[in-house]
Amino acid sequence: MSSTPSSPLHLAVALDGTGWHPASWREPVSRPRELLTAGYWAGLVAEAERGLLDFVTIEDGLGPQSSHFLDPDDRTDQVRGRLDAVLIASRVAPLTHHIGLVPTVVATHTEPFHLSKAIATLDYVSTGRAGLRVQITARPTEAAHFGRRTIPRIEAYDDPATQELVTDLFDEAADYVEVVRRLWDSWEDDAEIRDVATGRFVDRDKLHYIDFEGRHFSVKGPSITPRPPQGQPPVTALAHDTVPYRLVARATDVGYVTPHDSDQARAIVAEIRAEQERAGRAADPLHIFGDLVVLLDEDPAEAAARRDRLDALAGEEYRSDARIFAGSPAQLADLLQELQATGLSGFRLRPAVAGHDLPAITRGLVPELQRRGAFRSAYEADTLRGLLGLTRPANRYATATV
Amino acid sequence: MTKPLKQVHLAAHFPGVNNTTVWSDPQAGSHIEFSSFAHFARTAERAKFDFLFLAEGLRLREQGGKIYDLDVVGRPDTFTVLAALAAVTERLGLTGTINSTFNEPYEVARQFASLDHLSDGRAAWNVVTSWDAFTGENFRRGGFLPQDERYSRAKEFLATAGELFDSWRGDEIVADQGTGTFLQDAKAGAFVHEGRHFDIQGRFNVPRSPQGRPVIFQAGDSDEGREFAASSADAIFSRYAALDAGRAFYTDVKSRLSTYGRRADQLLILPAASFVLGDTDAEAEEIAKDVRRRQVSGATALKHLEFVWNRDLSGYDPEGPLPDIDPDPGEHHIARGRAQVRMYRDPLATAREWRALAEANNWSIRDLVIETGNRQNFIGSPETVARTINDYVQADAADGFILVPHLTPGGLDGFADKVVPLLQELGVHRTEYEGTTLRDHLGLAHPDQAGGERVAS
Repeated sequence: MSSTPSSPLHLAVALDGTGWHPASWREPVSRPRELLTAGYWAGLVAEAERGLLDFVTIEDGLGPQSSHFLDPDDRTDQVRGRLDAVLIASRVAPLTHHIGLVPTVVATHTEPFHLSKAIATLDYVSTGRAGLRVQITARPTEAAHFGRRTIPRIEAYDDPATQELVTDLFDEAADYVEVVRRLWDSWEDDAEIRDVATGRFVDRDKLHYIDFEGRHFSVKGPSITPRPPQGQPPVTALAHDTVPYRLVARATDVGYVTPHDSDQARAIVAEIRAEQERAGRAADPLHIFGDLVVLLDEDPAEAAARRDRLDALAGEEYRSDARIFAGSPAQLADLLQELQATGLSGFRLRPAVAGHDLPAITRGLVPELQRRGAFRSAYEADTLRGLLGLTRPANRYATATV
Repeated sequence: MTKPLKQVHLAAHFPGVNNTTVWSDPQAGSHIEFSSFAHFARTAERAKFDFLFLAEGLRLREQGGKIYDLDVVGRPDTFTVLAALAAVTERLGLTGTINSTFNEPYEVARQFASLDHLSDGRAAWNVVTSWDAFTGENFRRGGFLPQDERYSRAKEFLATAGELFDSWRGDEIVADQGTGTFLQDAKAGAFVHEGRHFDIQGRFNVPRSPQGRPVIFQAGDSDEGREFAASSADAIFSRYAALDAGRAFYTDVKSRLSTYGRRADQLLILPAASFVLGDTDAEAEEIAKDVRRRQVSGATALKHLEFVWNRDLSGYDPEGPLPDIDPDPGEHHIARGRAQVRMYRDPLATAREWRALAEANNWSIRDLVIETGNRQNFIGSPETVARTINDYVQADAADGFILVPHLTPGGLDGFADKVVPLLQELGVHRTEYEGTTLRDHLGLAHPDQAGGERVAS
């Protein structure tokens, strides 16, 4: 590699069960019977923090995991069942000190009011390390878990009805994020005054109704929870196509995308930046992270063999929306730097086997990147926004009052 | 044969959004920073309390169309802060109030089941109902529930959540790495619920938690609320901490249990109780008086009067006599988002009674509110308070108390250091936790064992 240090990149890991490969739970290093314990998650997040990673995301869903995109399956050979991601993040928060905690939340069937105060509270319990990853669900079966709306079955991905449904769900998610953000701002930072002379605990002029009126719902506000330490915890989303790219561009601080090569990465970055401009947010910082599934071993042949072994255990080749990388930490470092040159500012790595590939990231990839001057050697900030180079935003309502 | 001594159950209510928290005290700390919650929880655990309790409110209170600014305003999300507290405690139960009107069973059930897993069996749910459109304005479906539907929905909500908790038996996950069988039941989590309020089906995705189901609390006081508790709750959070009222409530609620095939020890009665300690009883009385004055500023006294008068009384002098105009008997529009307004069912009669009291005693508005309002339940030296609490429990006025200190977060420290050792000496409070789960602390059977008993009897 060249001797000139590259600009530092950001690194996150996506935690999901025993790892992203469906046979990962069968590896001796995995602890599938501990998936529902706090200790399991605390261990993974501590490992990620040891590697100085920016943050972890925690997968979630409002139904069981499935090998089908739209339906549950009846498989008994894969991990099924999981805990609420916000609560996992919160349970781990007091045990960690630097790493960002980004749980997944489903906008489609939950209340933005509840979620806003939950993430604000995660920010309090982690003293400024909360974020969230917003996702939608188009599964009719998950709609039936709530019984409040029906979501029609998607029959073909390219027909107009599907386009309309998906656009609608993402528009709703954009409204959801807008409500969540307004609720965070509904308290000005100095609203609590404790003025003994007048007996006032808060200055009510610094509490604001958000009066959100949208197509899908309306929310009055203010929040019951004061503005969180970061002001606005980072909002993130995974996106694979124009409609979700638009959500990333309009509403998030970090978007995860899944390019399989540099050309794709360049095209995706260009599309998101154009959407960002269209949304009038061109000047706002927006990270675009590349997602990669990783199998890491010092000997690249070993990583490839491990992939084959896992595929054999699963009974089929593992396919992912993201590129699957099997190789050495040095090879991955090369790839990340190559992709970074296309305009990606960081990566969210999905360990194929959490118990193996997460330590391989923190103890193999990270030192490699550090040697190249491409990754931090110590945590340089106390908050997730700080780690991401995002300043603490002004409160949108603060100027409204005199 | 003498009756064996009952054990005194103790719990701690984090003092927050209420009119008893003395936020103006120099020792008062943050009511929102996690360090306050952690301090409070650790004190409760050091004192071997059964659980910590969090209340909830889903809209900031208003008075006269403006956000109420005289008490503590702001609180964290219940589930999130309880999950974090599970990391800084080991045995303390974690009880959260969660509303059944502005939530859905699938989501609440997965949050409680998750909390129970993440705390190794320490989760409890105080089921409350709320029906007002005022709170509903914060939620996407908005709306509210006619009052007569409250318990109907709450009951069905709880039953539905129970079906979700029970949708996993607890033995489905085998995770046999050798054979590749993760689940031994492909239908784990399957549920169908068709009812008046909920019509849902599918797969619940949180496997069975250590307690099977969280412990269920109920706090309503109406006849319907008492029936609901007798039929469905493990513990009831009452407001009758005084001896006679407590005994009456206790007798009434416990007598309702047999209708539902339940024994008296299957529902614990735990009133909320405040306390003030001093080195002597006399000193405690002095401190208590001072606390009451600080709880009720002149401005607070006027606002409190408005709950009854249903009029803007801001022009009155709190140190002067009560208003001679009558309350507005119309629909209550002054105070919103708080329970107290429902306590005065007949405002005209209350006003007459208060005027007579004030005249007879030469009380100002503020004096009246202080004298008729919240009075600490247990005031005295540690010896007096320990003895009184024990006497009340042995006299069946309660099974224990949920203590609400007036200071955040250190208000429990003195109780833990001085009163708890005396209760331990009396042999009525544990010196070590005997079990690991909240059900263990409360002497409640695991639902699977309880089910077995029911079948056997």
